[in-house]
Amino acid sequence: MAQTDIASPVADGMVHATKVGLVRVLGPAHVWALGVGIVLVGEYMGWNFAVGKGGAYAALIACWFAGLLYSCVAMIDSEVTSTVAAAGGQYTQAKHIVGPLMAFNVGLYLVFAYTMLEAANALTVGFLMETVAAMAGHEGLNPQPFIVLSILFLAWLNYRGVLATLNFSLVITAVAFVAILILFLGTAPWSDATPLRHAELMTDLPYGWLGVLAAMHFGLWYYLGIEGTCQAAEEVRSPARSLPFGTLAGIMTLVIAATLTWYVCVGLMPWEYLGQSGVPLFDAARMTGSTALLVLLGVGTLFATLASANGCINDASRAWFSMGRDHYLPAWFGAVHPVYRTPYRSIIFLVPIALVFALGAPLDQVVTFSILSGLLGYTFMPFNMIMFRRKWPLGSIKRGYVHPMHPVPAIVLILLCAVTFFAVFLGYGTQLIAMVVFYIVASLWFHLRRYRYVKRADQFTMPWPKPQGY
Amino acid sequence: MARYRPPAQSKLGQIVDVIVLLALTFGALYLPLYMGLAGRTASPSPQENPTWESLGQNEAMVERWNALGYADPTAAQDIITSRFDYSFGALSLIVMVVVVVGYFVLMFRLSDREYREVIAEKFGRE
Repeated sequence: MAQTDIASPVADGMVHATKVGLVRVLGPAHVWALGVGIVLVGEYMGWNFAVGKGGAYAALIACWFAGLLYSCVAMIDSEVTSTVAAAGGQYTQAKHIVGPLMAFNVGLYLVFAYTMLEAANALTVGFLMETVAAMAGHEGLNPQPFIVLSILFLAWLNYRGVLATLNFSLVITAVAFVAILILFLGTAPWSDATPLRHAELMTDLPYGWLGVLAAMHFGLWYYLGIEGTCQAAEEVRSPARSLPFGTLAGIMTLVIAATLTWYVCVGLMPWEYLGQSGVPLFDAARMTGSTALLVLLGVGTLFATLASANGCINDASRAWFSMGRDHYLPAWFGAVHPVYRTPYRSIIFLVPIALVFALGAPLDQVVTFSILSGLLGYTFMPFNMIMFRRKWPLGSIKRGYVHPMHPVPAIVLILLCAVTFFAVFLGYGTQLIAMVVFYIVASLWFHLRRYRYVKRADQFTMPWPKPQGY
Repeated sequence: MARYRPPAQSKLGQIVDVIVLLALTFGALYLPLYMGLAGRTASPSPQENPTWESLGQNEAMVERWNALGYADPTAAQDIITSRFDYSFGALSLIVMVVVVVGYFVLMFRLSDREYREVIAEKFGRE
């Protein structure tokens, strides 16, 4: 059995193109904050488009099935990431298990899922400011300066250092999560005076069971990004303990938050309004008639979007950095800042892409691009897991964590991914085709042109034995 | 096996590659949105003189619409009557399946070809 100290700052499984490496300073709470911090915004905006696609009950069914999908993702990710603990997360996994082209694609999935999510977050900040201004009597506030400022401020924070960035995320994520709990308690579901009117506001399935399938599209938004915990693998003090703990605790947190969010929102608003709302939890707080809850959920929405955008910049830049370091992209991106030790060039480069989509595309479409990139990544995971166990069966290498019931999670995941592709096809088929065509063209570009700059043997840096079957 | 030595990429080559990636991103993803060729297919079915009753809204729903700032059913009807069109042809479904499955088949086949080179060089010389 090959013994690997995956926590070692020296033998961390990566060949460094730069003399300065990333710093191992993060614990399980940071991993939890990184995962939940990116995702919690899904409760504050975006998930409710599932209500629009299938009705209130469809959104709940989608919420739980998406929870199952992400539980499979977390189980698979925990095993592979705790064994391949290096920056880039799934990108580095794909490089070692499937091959360079797949790794290039996975890197792009991560970058686009997170960059589009960042754009969606900035859009929500702008929309929140516009709504609050209108409530204060200032109709027609231009949201664009707020969108630009949030992206630039968070990019600067990420430029300055990962520990400060994730500490910032930890605090504001906790506030945003507590705000959801307080809103639930504030509606007092057990009391006769509750403003919740589920019996009167909820209707049958407006699209029948086809709508339930369609709702899976935005059902993913409740959890999208939890796999981002892997991106910090090279900066975690004890990956074998922290990554599974942080990721699985994150999933549990999100299932609870998602169910509470659905329960409160569908009991306070007609489904037709909820299905297109830009800030559903803030709107829910408005319906309670409590000024304190209104302020709290306004702050919660702001904090959740900032925490999410913060984590997105962190993750997208690390995936881009890893690809630059391996020459999958121009090597210029593979540099670490000599003082702050962050992938500063990647952070700066992705800012204009986020800005263009945040300033020029509607929220549901930006969200769909993010979901599609995430979905392609989830479809890769079960194949990755099966190949991982086949190429290095249990006992052949040291694993940080072994997930139970293999291959059941992989099979369930692939089935749920197939359902979700169909769900996106219902209503957003053009974007699905556009996104896949984008990846096909990018892949051909990589295979036919870019791959010539890649050092072959350097793509396999883990101290593992030769994979079986090769 | 002889170790593959990749050519050094010039600065101009690096800039060209970045431009290609940006062109792909904006060309394939942003332009269809910008030109209105992609997006949600939900559309409203407005009524001539809508009432809350004709829009299927009960007392509790009307109260919430009012609280949300929609005092008039005419203002709310576009939201209330908006529906997705989920009808689709077999051909478009088949195209979607072929594109997605074909993409993954392409990925795994080409990746495996590259991976064999990586493994051969990595373990062939050890």
